[in-house]
Amino acid sequence: MNYEMTIGLEVHAELNTATKIYCGCKNAFGAEVNSNCCPICTGMPGTLPTLNEKVVEYAVKMGHALNCKINPVSKQDRKNYFYPDLPKAYQISQFDIPLCENGYLDVMVDEKGNTKRIGVTRIHIEEDAGKLLHDESFAGSLVDFNRCGVPLIEIVSEPDMHSSAEAKAYLETIKSILQYIDISDCKMQEGSIRCDINVSVCRPGEPMGTRCEMKNVNTFSGAVRAIEYEAKRQIEVLEAGGVIHQETRRWDDAKGQNFLLRSKEDSHDYRYFPEPDLLTIVIDEEKIWRLKDELPELPNQKLKRYMESYGLPHFDANLLTENPDKAAFFESCVDKNNCKTKNISNWLLGDVSRILNEKNLSLADTALTPEKLTDMIALIEKGTISVTAGKTVLEEIIFSEKTPEQVVKEKGLAQISDTGALAAIVQSVLEANPKSIADYKGGKTNVIGFLIGQCMRQSKGQGNPAVLKELIEKQIENC
Amino acid sequence: MELFEMTAASLSEKLRKKECSAVEITRSALTQIEKKEEQIGSFVTVCEERALKKAEEVDKKIAAGEQLSPLAGIPVGVKDNICTEGTLTTCSSKMLYNFVPPYNATVVDKLENADAVIIGKCNMDEFAMGSSCETSYFKKTKNPWNPDYVPGGSSGGSASCVSAGEAVLALGSDTGGSIRLPASYCGVVGLKPTYGSVSRYGLVAFASSLDQIGPLGRSVEDVANLYAVICGRDPMDATSAVREYGAFGSQISRSVKGLRIGIPKEYFGDGVDPEIKSAVMNSIDMLVKEGAETVSVSLPSTDYALSAYYIISSAEASSNLARFDGVKYGYRAEGYANLTDMYEKTRSEGFGDEVKRRIMLGTFVLSSGFYDAYYKRAKQMQQKIAQEYAEAFSQCDLILTPTSPSTAFQIGERTDDPLKMYAADICTVTVNIAGLPAISVPCGTASNGLPIGLQMIGPKFSEQLLFNAAGCFENLCGGFGVAPAMRG
Repeated sequence: MNYEMTIGLEVHAELNTATKIYCGCKNAFGAEVNSNCCPICTGMPGTLPTLNEKVVEYAVKMGHALNCKINPVSKQDRKNYFYPDLPKAYQISQFDIPLCENGYLDVMVDEKGNTKRIGVTRIHIEEDAGKLLHDESFAGSLVDFNRCGVPLIEIVSEPDMHSSAEAKAYLETIKSILQYIDISDCKMQEGSIRCDINVSVCRPGEPMGTRCEMKNVNTFSGAVRAIEYEAKRQIEVLEAGGVIHQETRRWDDAKGQNFLLRSKEDSHDYRYFPEPDLLTIVIDEEKIWRLKDELPELPNQKLKRYMESYGLPHFDANLLTENPDKAAFFESCVDKNNCKTKNISNWLLGDVSRILNEKNLSLADTALTPEKLTDMIALIEKGTISVTAGKTVLEEIIFSEKTPEQVVKEKGLAQISDTGALAAIVQSVLEANPKSIADYKGGKTNVIGFLIGQCMRQSKGQGNPAVLKELIEKQIENC
Repeated sequence: MELFEMTAASLSEKLRKKECSAVEITRSALTQIEKKEEQIGSFVTVCEERALKKAEEVDKKIAAGEQLSPLAGIPVGVKDNICTEGTLTTCSSKMLYNFVPPYNATVVDKLENADAVIIGKCNMDEFAMGSSCETSYFKKTKNPWNPDYVPGGSSGGSASCVSAGEAVLALGSDTGGSIRLPASYCGVVGLKPTYGSVSRYGLVAFASSLDQIGPLGRSVEDVANLYAVICGRDPMDATSAVREYGAFGSQISRSVKGLRIGIPKEYFGDGVDPEIKSAVMNSIDMLVKEGAETVSVSLPSTDYALSAYYIISSAEASSNLARFDGVKYGYRAEGYANLTDMYEKTRSEGFGDEVKRRIMLGTFVLSSGFYDAYYKRAKQMQQKIAQEYAEAFSQCDLILTPTSPSTAFQIGERTDDPLKMYAADICTVTVNIAGLPAISVPCGTASNGLPIGLQMIGPKFSEQLLFNAAGCFENLCGGFGVAPAMRG
């Protein structure tokens, strides 16, 4: 039996403001346990929150990026529940009037650049909670309050996705936008993006099924697995004649399974009410528009432009625009205007990415500059060096201050295009391979590749393959 | 007259003239505490060392010829829900029996910068919930006019220490009448300032949207001078108003000439003791003779105020007090099976009955399915009451009412009847609901020998006007002072 799945996502992203949302503590990951907290973020008696205005600005930017209506007046509310990592026993969040509402995101769903529009219900600001630590030397749990008061935005989607692939594309686009507008570090391993996933299934044409929610999925690949698992679980229940009950389930990525956390009857009553310690958030129109003007070109717009004005295939454009640093580097390279755009893309996505991945570095960690990369590519395009020599040059210039020209000179990598010097090599290779000459004359023209290879070897890689090819063809004809 | 009986203004004058030292003033108060504290029980903690150290500093400043603030060397009691760095701050609750804050409330910083001498932390109703000071976990404070009677609450210790001469001034907090009610019961002056004029940073919250710290003293000038020190914008409190404040104490005109006094009939109904009605009407007559006029005004929603107040304040309290869970500080129950059990035992054992009653009430009114019927309607009522005040103030400058429908009641008299206890706040809660300033001044004694309070209510930020009118009335009465039984 066929089923259609429906997915809605709640993405929580930690913002990279300098300080926390309601106090002056540093907003930094990885500090010593309980060193980045104060009486305010640990909710000590009598202390009061004061709102960090940057948090509002960051959230409004995200609202603009996701085409939301920005509410000039919004309010903050208390969400009440007991847990040891929540020192006030309430989280300051936004309930009925969030900062941003009614937006959408166009997500690329195929290689042709076709998009699908996913509705964004709302974006609101809230504070993060602390973390429980479990130590074998201690019977109970310990609490680290460093994360308390780290600013979060929660981005709630409409239930507009119908496959795990669509959900993944949505998540990746959100992540990429967060990086482009530079409001989140997006470090998945540090938990700076987390999501809650709502999944339901139904037969095509029938009304939407009952949804189940999975909490705190920390990776995008985990989200895909969680969605697939939950849809399968629900289908199995229905196929066995069962009924889906609305419930919250906990995804265990290691086990690849989810487990019942609580049923609807046991769901929390958060007793939301307006936060009396804070004023309503009022943003004037001028500021709302200024924040919109400050938005950079967003990844989807950029991708489209790369395909249209640079003529790049979707594969290249997609990878190049994945993060803003890579895209900016690429565009500076193109601006040098001394080599082919497609070659820049090939090198960036090929050898440069390979080296970065091997060493787990980003472009900013290296000595590579757009000048150096395009100069090197230009040397190849002009025939001064071979592609093979180019790889050697890249390995050098990426980690040193040397220019490609210096490396070529030092290592003697300049390609020999002088026919006089190469003719002797060609002659000796042909003399040593009479059978290849016969094969070539017999119509197996592809042996020429072998012969070029032999010549390259004798020239220690410096022979210009194009010149060699010409010489070989000429000499065979003369034989 | 001994030092402990004098006003801050006259003590300050003496200090300036070097007729006494700050240490002598503090010692005089400490001696009075030694004599009377066992009987009255104003304090949870007496800060003898801290006080004498500060007094010595003040004497050094005097010796060095430095400029003195009007509060320099003046012993001040601080309600025990106002955080004092390094000094126990219990909110008179078992829950915080051992809590020593690592920070000062903004008002405490301001007191210290003004060289006031913090002499002790005043007993109160637990977490400021109560009208009699009887819900304190530690002790029941007695009324200095008659120790069989309550001092009023929740700032009972703040009022009693001033009335008993154990301190010259005190800070209280007022959420529904908690400064004005004990001020009236103990025969002292107490001001509930405009919401937002005094920082709440460091005040352990009861109901955040209603709480306000304010001064108590034995003269209008003293109260005005203390208010001048504690008011002002505080960036640590988002609800504190952005505005400039005057000097207050030095600007009291003590004139009511041409002042229009509004008399709301709703505050002179059957629930008000006839003796109190006549004392308040007499006071109004005295002011009229000084050139004030009276205007009849109406605050028709007053009947609903108490219900709205208990819904809003309990809702906020249920959330504010949720942090007392035994995890981080204060009381934690022993012998629990798991986390939930630890929460339940800690909160069951750490809170008293009245606090638990309000937490349950507040939790209920915020619950889904009940929010609209209770909390939302109470907030609508709040707006209506504020609007009615605004209309009244278009016809008059100040509104005068009794501070409480009765004088102090006997200890134990109302502890079993929460509704009767809540009724003590009937004349004061609307002021908090509307965020207005109001002052309570003594206006005579009843046949039981206990003081009666006159409440003057003004529009937002009209404290100077309240001091002017209260100062005029004080002159007409010939001044107030330490309770008769407490005099030296």
